[in-house]
Amino acid sequence: MADIFDRINNRLRGKVKRGIAGIWQDEHQLVAAAKKVRGEGFRKFEAISPFPLHGIDEAMGIPRSFIPYVTFTFGLMGCLFGLWFTWWTSAVDWPLVIGGKPFWSLPAFIPIIFELTILFSALSSVGTLLYVCGLPKVDPPVIDKDLTSHKFALFIPEDDVGFDADKIEKLFKECGAEEVKRSEF
Amino acid sequence: MIKRDALVLGNKTYKDISDDICRLVETVPGGKYFSLLFSAKALFILYIVTMGMIVATGMGLMGVNSPVGWGTDIITFVFWIGIGHAGTLISAILFLFRQKWRTSIARSAEAMTIFAVMVAGTFPILHTGRPWLAYWLLPYPNQRGPLWVNFRSPLLWDVFAVSTYATVSLIFWYIGMVPDLATLRDRAKHKLRRAIYGMLSLGWRGTARNWNHYEMVYMLLAGLATPLVLSVHSIVSFDFAVAQLPGWHTTIFPPYFVAGAIFSGFGMVVTLMVILRELIPGFKDYVTIHHMENMNKIIMATGLMVGYSYGSEFFMAWYSGAPFEEYVFLNRAFGPYAWAYWIMVSCNVIIPQTFWFKWARRSIPIMFIVSIFVNIGMWFERYVIVVTSLHRDFLPSSWGMFELTKYDIGALVGSFGMFFFLFLLYIRTLPAISIAEVKPVLSIGREREEHHG
Repeated sequence: MADIFDRINNRLRGKVKRGIAGIWQDEHQLVAAAKKVRGEGFRKFEAISPFPLHGIDEAMGIPRSFIPYVTFTFGLMGCLFGLWFTWWTSAVDWPLVIGGKPFWSLPAFIPIIFELTILFSALSSVGTLLYVCGLPKVDPPVIDKDLTSHKFALFIPEDDVGFDADKIEKLFKECGAEEVKRSEF
Repeated sequence: MIKRDALVLGNKTYKDISDDICRLVETVPGGKYFSLLFSAKALFILYIVTMGMIVATGMGLMGVNSPVGWGTDIITFVFWIGIGHAGTLISAILFLFRQKWRTSIARSAEAMTIFAVMVAGTFPILHTGRPWLAYWLLPYPNQRGPLWVNFRSPLLWDVFAVSTYATVSLIFWYIGMVPDLATLRDRAKHKLRRAIYGMLSLGWRGTARNWNHYEMVYMLLAGLATPLVLSVHSIVSFDFAVAQLPGWHTTIFPPYFVAGAIFSGFGMVVTLMVILRELIPGFKDYVTIHHMENMNKIIMATGLMVGYSYGSEFFMAWYSGAPFEEYVFLNRAFGPYAWAYWIMVSCNVIIPQTFWFKWARRSIPIMFIVSIFVNIGMWFERYVIVVTSLHRDFLPSSWGMFELTKYDIGALVGSFGMFFFLFLLYIRTLPAISIAEVKPVLSIGREREEHHG
């Protein structure tokens, strides 16, 4: 029993890794540090910040999000579903003459089709966001409580290529980190 | 170079912003807040009781009759849906236009949208007369055939438009709030508070990879909400425009309704922001007089559009040469409901003209009074559209009059109680200003050195 609870717990917490974290007070120093860390050959490191940082994507080599393609695909599906559904219910399943209009009165169905397009696009975008971010997570480890307020951090996990605790600590200190510590994330 | 106005006053640091905004959630509010909350709650109870009596007894308690079959319920439904539109305009359209000043008011404006749509939603359900059967409006496989809903009806378009609008607004609001809820979680001292905000924050930690997707989704939602909000009030206007009734059957209705919705919504945002600035003095650093002035400019611009629509309707009534159309408009301005028409014109067209003057745009008492008048005027606009068109149509033998009963007034006044009660609860339980969005705009209008020092 206890084993099952542990497994569920681990799953909800997400994949927890051990590694080294450096904490900064200034976001510009953090972006510069991220660039350096990437230059050293690290690939699996993370930058944690209370708000989206300007230039961090380039510094860390994060590609543009693919979510718009998902949105478009689902939007198209919503549109086609609306088209099919209004046609099937009004012209096939139980055709009724209403106001002398044709069974398949497309212009009158456009508002419904439009709303379904928007609904499918919006819900799929948010669903994809939660999926790719691994949310919701239950009580995931937090490096520092101020990282959602006014501090910024880099975290290099132990399984990253060329992980060397002393070297990383020195690198972080050189880049102006106010604190370097071993941590879970 | 033209200097930009600072968006946040008082030389704040990032930590100050977190402290200022989270403090509202973390402290016990004062007596002023509770007296407002309980007054709103009293009105909310009045609303519940009124609705209960109407449901128990029947629609006869309200003023609706033949020929005025649409009364307070539909008027107030359109009124509240319209209020909601300003929130989406601020949060989505101004976001796409990169208007940075929107950041500090966006959260509360979106909250206003959601509560206004919730209040609005209760009215058509009440208007059905048998609200326990309201689920018949949804196209679900049923045992009556299945008999499907009539997709050709604007009233059904409304069901889809309003429910999609409510859903998308809610997720837009919530997704925007997730990083701020994480801030609250990490600051929480009490275990229970940590658990609640931890759940609400979905375990957000703000990694760069997550922010990358997050910002993209936020932009996508803004891009989706923009056509959505325009469609919602267009569809609400179709409820009228698709009918054959003189005074309703006009092509100008969709843009006219959308402009009116934004106008009334900004009126409500200004009312709420003035109250918030009074209630919570710390807000004045974030919602500055500059923000208020910008909103007043939008009120004036949309007020002019609404005024133009009023004029255009009259012109078309004359120019079309349709005698019924012409009669309806003369009857509006000079008939038995002329008082309502002229309240509408003075509140929506004449009074907002004070905002041509900069001192008026920047004066809190003046903007508060004008915003109240805008709210009143926009309720009367819907009153005029619904009642004056219905009460006298083609055959004089089927003419009639419409009078508000005490149940109509109870529902109307009570709905404000529901709205303010929800809004006041929100203001002290959720981050009322977007913490994560205000921080990146902190440096605007400031010297760079000052910001770093």
